[in-house]
Amino acid sequence: MERALTLTKTTIGKKAIMALSGVAMLGFVVGHLAGNLKVFSGPEAFNEYAVWLRTVPALLWGTRLVLLAAVAAHMASAFSLWSRNRGARKNRYAKKKDLATDYAAKTMYWSGPILLFYILFHLLHLTFGGMIWTDGAALFGFEGYTWAHSNPYNNMVIGFTHWPVVVPYVLGVCALGIHLFHGIWSAFQSMGANHPRYNHLRRDLAIALAVFLTLGFLSIPAAAMMGWIEPTTQTFYYPELEPAPVTVP
Amino acid sequence: MKTKNLTLHVWRQRGPNDSGDFERYVAKDVNEHMSFLEMLDVVNEDLLENGDEPIAFDHDCREGICGMCGVVVNGYAHGPQERTTACQLHMRQIFELGWDELWIEPWRATSFPVIKDLAVDRGAFDRIIQAGGYISIRTGSARDANETPIPKDVSDAAMDAAECIGCGACVAACPNASASLFTAAKISHLGLLPQGQAERTDRVRKMVGQMDHEGFGSCTNHGECEKACPKGISIDWIARMNRDLLKAMTTSADDIEERD
Ligand code: FES
Repeated sequence: MERALTLTKTTIGKKAIMALSGVAMLGFVVGHLAGNLKVFSGPEAFNEYAVWLRTVPALLWGTRLVLLAAVAAHMASAFSLWSRNRGARKNRYAKKKDLATDYAAKTMYWSGPILLFYILFHLLHLTFGGMIWTDGAALFGFEGYTWAHSNPYNNMVIGFTHWPVVVPYVLGVCALGIHLFHGIWSAFQSMGANHPRYNHLRRDLAIALAVFLTLGFLSIPAAAMMGWIEPTTQTFYYPELEPAPVTVP
Repeated sequence: MKTKNLTLHVWRQRGPNDSGDFERYVAKDVNEHMSFLEMLDVVNEDLLENGDEPIAFDHDCREGICGMCGVVVNGYAHGPQERTTACQLHMRQIFELGWDELWIEPWRATSFPVIKDLAVDRGAFDRIIQAGGYISIRTGSARDANETPIPKDVSDAAMDAAECIGCGACVAACPNASASLFTAAKISHLGLLPQGQAERTDRVRKMVGQMDHEGFGSCTNHGECEKACPKGISIDWIARMNRDLLKAMTTSADDIEERD
């Protein structure tokens, strides 16, 4: 029996997967920024937002599962296309002039992995932080920076007063902006979304979103370093955020 | 009339299995009104007189319409003049840039193996066309010119896509050696016309399947192909091809054989 050509086996199908998974991740990033900007409304608003996320497990776990699938699909397609594209030109040019491409497009294979490593660092810091550093342990060895389950506001704000947390964050956010500048435009092209009347808007949207998200995410460490947002001395207790008590059988 | 001496670094490769290398030549008294290929002709005459092997390069019409010529000059596919094939590139355009040294390389893509020196085998393009780049229609005797109405903007768009001469500069310029621009142009110029509708879903699947099978890279939307194309084929056609394929693959009931 002859094997049928399936969409996901074609290079175009793989690009469509990258576009769709990219859009899913972009959606998360927008929501993530919207939530995190609550830091400017003060510790209570921010911490209550964190609690609210826990009270809607369907949302939390739904998002996590979709994101995990999106990241896996995005990476698998990227790797498959990357290795194909390397093989497509085994002998390189002695001289090659770029005429149309830009920095963002040429560095997608760098900004992508940088983002991946940054996200891992970010998760270790703020998501799994409570599992790694037990109560009272100094986070990253910084004096006064202890993990507080019920105070995500402080976990974030105090972190951003330390360079070793800020530097990877800034690098990660810049990589995100650059990746999105090409990625958003590219997604339209890969999905075949083009129309002479609206084509210029694709680049405009990519620039607007990339700039907005980059500046939005950078505003938080900038504010923390300038002292515009400060760690709170208030104490919080939310059972939803505290780890489940370990029962010894 | 200006003349100039130029230093050439020409890729010399005896055959597909030879590793190849650059060879240095001096082209003496190059006339500004020579075409680029005429300049190579003169260099070849000297080589022949000295009993050396002339530089092999492809050409046919030498008027920019057949798509046979094509070399990379100082990193530019078909040379630095926009929307111009190598045969229509003239030495004055190179003099204007102040270039005294030219690096001349063949199209570099695994799917375009070098036959000799600057000549590559573009049979992969022929096989993409054979896979579906046609309309199987019984034409019978000549029909009335306006029997099938086609709006002017549609026929214009089809003509824009049909301008592709299949030279392979898109593959040469693409960082991934992708044949997307060529394949998209060929799919689109048929797919735009009423006569091309019957086979539209099969065509896109077969031609994309063949394109992938030939080992070309994927499109990463850099836009290099569009800039290098001597006919100015737009990457909008690539978006259209993507749309056509996604639609065909998700809606058609019949399978297309996988080409692997
Ligand atoms: S030789 Fe025909 S296009 Fe250049």
